[in-house]
Amino acid sequence: MSNIGVTEVERVAKLARIGLSPEEASRLSVELGQIVGFVEQLAGVDVEGVAPTDQVTGLVDVWREDVVVPSLPREELLANAPAQQDGYIVVKRVLG
Amino acid sequence: MDLKRPIADLVAEVRAGKLTATGLVAASLARIAATDSYHALLELNPQAAHDAEVVDARIAAGEDLPLAGIPFIAKDNFLTADTHTTAASNILKPFRAPYEGPAISRLKAAGAVLVAKANLDAFAHGSSTENSDFGPTKNPVDPTKVPGGSSGGSAAAVALGQACFAVGTDTGGSIRLPASYCGVVGLKPTYGLIPRTGVVAMGSSTDVIGPLTNSVADSALVLDVLAGRDASDATSIERDPKTYVTSSGDLAGTRIGLIKEYLGAGLDSQIKDQILAMVDRLEARGAKVEEVSLPATELALAAYYILVPAEVSSNLARYDGVRYGHSAAGATDLEQTYRLSREEGFGAEAKRRIIIGTYVLSSGYYDAYYKRAQKVRTKLVEEFTAAFDKYDLLLGPTAPTPAFDLGANSQDPLAMYLNDVMTVAVNLVGVPAISIPLGTVDKLPVGLQLIAPQRAERNLFAAATAAEAIIGDWRAR
Repeated sequence: MSNIGVTEVERVAKLARIGLSPEEASRLSVELGQIVGFVEQLAGVDVEGVAPTDQVTGLVDVWREDVVVPSLPREELLANAPAQQDGYIVVKRVLG
Repeated sequence: MDLKRPIADLVAEVRAGKLTATGLVAASLARIAATDSYHALLELNPQAAHDAEVVDARIAAGEDLPLAGIPFIAKDNFLTADTHTTAASNILKPFRAPYEGPAISRLKAAGAVLVAKANLDAFAHGSSTENSDFGPTKNPVDPTKVPGGSSGGSAAAVALGQACFAVGTDTGGSIRLPASYCGVVGLKPTYGLIPRTGVVAMGSSTDVIGPLTNSVADSALVLDVLAGRDASDATSIERDPKTYVTSSGDLAGTRIGLIKEYLGAGLDSQIKDQILAMVDRLEARGAKVEEVSLPATELALAAYYILVPAEVSSNLARYDGVRYGHSAAGATDLEQTYRLSREEGFGAEAKRRIIIGTYVLSSGYYDAYYKRAQKVRTKLVEEFTAAFDKYDLLLGPTAPTPAFDLGANSQDPLAMYLNDVMTVAVNLVGVPAISIPLGTVDKLPVGLQLIAPQRAERNLFAAATAAEAIIGDWRAR
């Protein structure tokens, strides 16, 4: 089984912008190790010369006409924002 | 009033003036109140009675509505105008959708009435509906068991007769697995057949919408309303110009491949016996059934649990505490808003998948995990393509076991993932599949899974109709 340390879990959590309690990080370290251990069975598969698949129905270049179509009213889209002012979303300071 | 009657019959009676949308919706709400203890639902639509009156007025005005007055339930990851849309996650608890997608719009335009939103594993992550942040749903056949997931509330609601049908989503088995556990029909259509705009995204390369119903005929009738391209979803595809509603149930000459790998270790021996007995009955009706080996299906679950968490981690990046959803009160800067809102708002499984997905996509691991899994996916696609050169349909069980006890797998994520072992390949390949009730094991329902080539829903329904007729009353088997 793979071993994914707590430090590695915390590194990944930082990349994902998600806070974890020490207990969560510790538990995820064990679970991530188990899951990565399970998916590592793919390492033994011969995929030499096989192209990756990321689209299964064969659609290519789906375009629409470059014309303006109605969109939703700004007020309705802003209604779910936790904080807003003058038609803008308010965020906490970006720089420390 | 029995809402488990054939939808076509109810629609005919509404059109003939013997029933009304108002009456059907009232019956639905009464049944919901009487079966509340199963916790299949998260919220009632407060506009349901009003919407029913509008449908009755449309019928009176002579409109021809294919789902006239039919009450339905939507999994709570469908955006709906008059209720919250939570995806069963605390991070979306306050969210009210500013629009509805084509699936809900098409159902309403056809005269169907949304009565409630159904419970699910939060963000559709799970196989038991225990990952809901608002409490689990109980199995309608045995309330000590799980209903399956992630569309567990939807499947339970249909089995309980709370509405005539439900719409769910299936990323790796989330319609078919609960259909199998609850004893209803669950359809996973071809990837792209129903546009997904207005549904909370999970794994975008495999997510599909599909109906949960009491019969194959109901499933076809609902698909007929839902299917077809919409410009708002670039991955959506054109529908079959013919109706999906088929009366044909003739199996003579139908070539069926019985998937060998799905009969192996891990399959409950009583389910295996039921499948093999079904094969005999299909052959007696003229089908030609052969065992077929699809070795890559044994790798499908491992590939799935790389690819889908990777997509989940990308799709769930949008929940940032800034634009909508839960926002942490204690944050002092933007970075903290992200980290704390996501820490507080996401449950354990969403966090697990975000961490796995971010890990396999992170620098240095991408080729070993994500890219390799996409190549294994190609092998899987090639095996299915080759199999469909020889067979019209593939057949197997939907799940390795009947419904398990509430709490049995909740401490072991890997054991939970293994419930999807017979459903995920279909999603990775993008083909349609249907689960229909086959019989019972220890009084619990078990499903038969039929799989067809892409865009072959009509053939799938024809065969499923025949299989349904052969099975008869599955509760007696």
